[in-house]
Amino acid sequence: MPVIEIENLRKTYSMDGGLSVEALCGVSLCFESGEFAAIMGASGSGKSTLLNILGCLDPPTAGRYLLNDDNVAALEGERLAALRNENIGFVFQSFNLLSRTSALENTELPLMYNHSGLGMTEIRRRALAALDRVGLAERADHHPNQLSGGQQQRVALARALVNEPSVLLADEPTGNLDSRTTLDIMALLQQLNDQGMLIVMVTHEQEIGAYTRRILEMRDGLIIRDSPVENRRHARAEASGESTTRLNATES
Amino acid sequence: MNFLMLLLVCFRALRRNAMRSLLTALGVVIGVAAVITTLGIGHGARSQIEEQVNRLGQNVILVFPGSQSLGGVSAGGGTVNTLTVEDALAIRDEIPEITAASPEVRSQRQVAYGNRNWFTRIYGQSADYLHIRQWPMEAGRMFSEEDVARATKVAVVGQTLVEELFEGANPVGETIRVQGMPLEIIGVLDRKGMSLMGSVQDDIVLIPYSTAFRYVSGRTHAMVINIQVLSDEYMDIARAKISDLLRERHRLRPEQPDDFTIQTQEEVARTATETSRTMTILLGSIAGISLFVGGIGIMNIMLVSVTERTREIGIRVAVGARTRDILGQFLLEALLLSCLGGLLGILLGFGVSTLIAHHAGWAVSVSVGAVFSSFVFSAAVGIFFGYYPARKAARLNPIEALRYE
Ligand SMILES: Nc1ncnc2c1ncn2[C@@H]1O[C@H](COP(=O)(O)OP(=O)(O)O)[C@@H](O)[C@H]1O
Ligand SMILES: [Mg+2]
Repeated sequence: MPVIEIENLRKTYSMDGGLSVEALCGVSLCFESGEFAAIMGASGSGKSTLLNILGCLDPPTAGRYLLNDDNVAALEGERLAALRNENIGFVFQSFNLLSRTSALENTELPLMYNHSGLGMTEIRRRALAALDRVGLAERADHHPNQLSGGQQQRVALARALVNEPSVLLADEPTGNLDSRTTLDIMALLQQLNDQGMLIVMVTHEQEIGAYTRRILEMRDGLIIRDSPVENRRHARAEASGESTTRLNATES
Repeated sequence: MNFLMLLLVCFRALRRNAMRSLLTALGVVIGVAAVITTLGIGHGARSQIEEQVNRLGQNVILVFPGSQSLGGVSAGGGTVNTLTVEDALAIRDEIPEITAASPEVRSQRQVAYGNRNWFTRIYGQSADYLHIRQWPMEAGRMFSEEDVARATKVAVVGQTLVEELFEGANPVGETIRVQGMPLEIIGVLDRKGMSLMGSVQDDIVLIPYSTAFRYVSGRTHAMVINIQVLSDEYMDIARAKISDLLRERHRLRPEQPDDFTIQTQEEVARTATETSRTMTILLGSIAGISLFVGGIGIMNIMLVSVTERTREIGIRVAVGARTRDILGQFLLEALLLSCLGGLLGILLGFGVSTLIAHHAGWAVSVSVGAVFSSFVFSAAVGIFFGYYPARKAARLNPIEALRYE
């Protein structure tokens, strides 16, 4: 059973002066749990628009969107907020952490908006567990300005995961990171995916796509290619390999 | 999101911007403090007036210089020089219904004893002044008619002077100095009343009016003539006779208005109460306006903070905040700030009132009602001025908010 099913999805932005931009011109897709897909394509091809609609942050102009069999297009603001909270984890290129707020409190945020009415001790416990999952438990008290870019993105990942969503959406999550940290984050995403998490990420770097399992290429608001990744790269192995190479380089 | 969680979210948000939060609340702090203080002063002024009226004594008539129609009169007046010592003596001697009349002249002076100093009020009065005031003595004697006639340098002091200059010891026989002039203390007044105002009434030095005119005040005319009428039933006739006598003595033609004003105890009370009410309303409105301005300050900063925190709002929406969670958060933040401001303002108002009470010697009393209503009002200010920014925050488009730099 697919987690996400979209059919003939369209998005038109109307601008001032009667102009309108068709960002999505009829996209149909299916994502099963355990998948790891990369949406690729040139800038302006509609990748972010598609991801925002999948993340229930933006309503489609037309088309059908089923998330866990819920017809998202028909839902009201309240239910959409609940979906965002419980079923979707979103990671952004610019991390989007609350400043002057500890990693722990940032991670707690989705739990505080959760409807199950958790107590503060439980919220704290789960947030710590999520930070532990991304390897940042010992930085729980650090504020974003005391963390490196890669660590900030890990906190954002912990925040996205803390409510055990059914899909993790990431819009160019490595866009602001150097190549070394990019590898770390990709290793973490691969590890999460290996544990069964459905991940859909946007990237415009061919290299990054190679770490996923499926590549969707967009152009002008349409999917023009949908193919599995052959010879998938493994970030963890490359990361340790790279450090070995670097060691060798310093030796010689 | 339940209320406790919302409260926690707000506390965290306010703490993240602790400095700005305090500055935002400052407007309300000052507004509420101003309201509390003015209401306290107004209340204090009214009870002071009651006290003053009571201490005037029984069947007392006061004659002020200047005509009421010319606006020359107030309780603290005396800028017009129309009343002489001879007027006072004539009133006492020529009108049978009048038992005593004392021409009054007041000065504020530094009084020294040894190496101690005290700033007090020096009253020049006649020998029968204490009869008019019905003010008993604790020790020694009042100065006599002869002291007045010879302008001797003697003084009768109130309890405050005994405490401040003599540390409670009996000062009779000691000599104090005013502007270098020695005054021998011949008597001590009883403590006047138990009210918070006691200190003011007891902060006094009485000397013969002749001595006051000659050595202390530099004036030549009476600021007030204190008059005692035989009994209640003669008040009206005494009043008429005083008027006739003074008009005759001042050689006023029939078409000329009085150059003096006669007031009974009740009239003085009414005028004073009215004046203090007007002052309270005036000060109260100014305080109210400053509270209102404080509210606008909250709105202003909340609006700025909605813009500044656009990204934060986007983040909250992205992780599942509903419109009403955002609305509730910003509204509650404004409410918390204004309530915090209200509480701090009440404390500050208490402090300022106490200070004023201490220095001015007024009974500034802060009522529970004033505290309660200004707190409720500041909460209302928070909700009223917080709503617009909160609604603005809640209506932000999350995607644009997340992209906001
Ligand atoms: N809020 C918006 N208003 C108007 N046009 C928009 C808006 N968001 C995106 N677009 C337009 O939609 C198209 C797709 O944008 P986007 O999805 O951001 O592309 P990508 O993420 O692939 O770079 C672009 O032409 C862009 O200009
Ligand atoms: Mg994009």
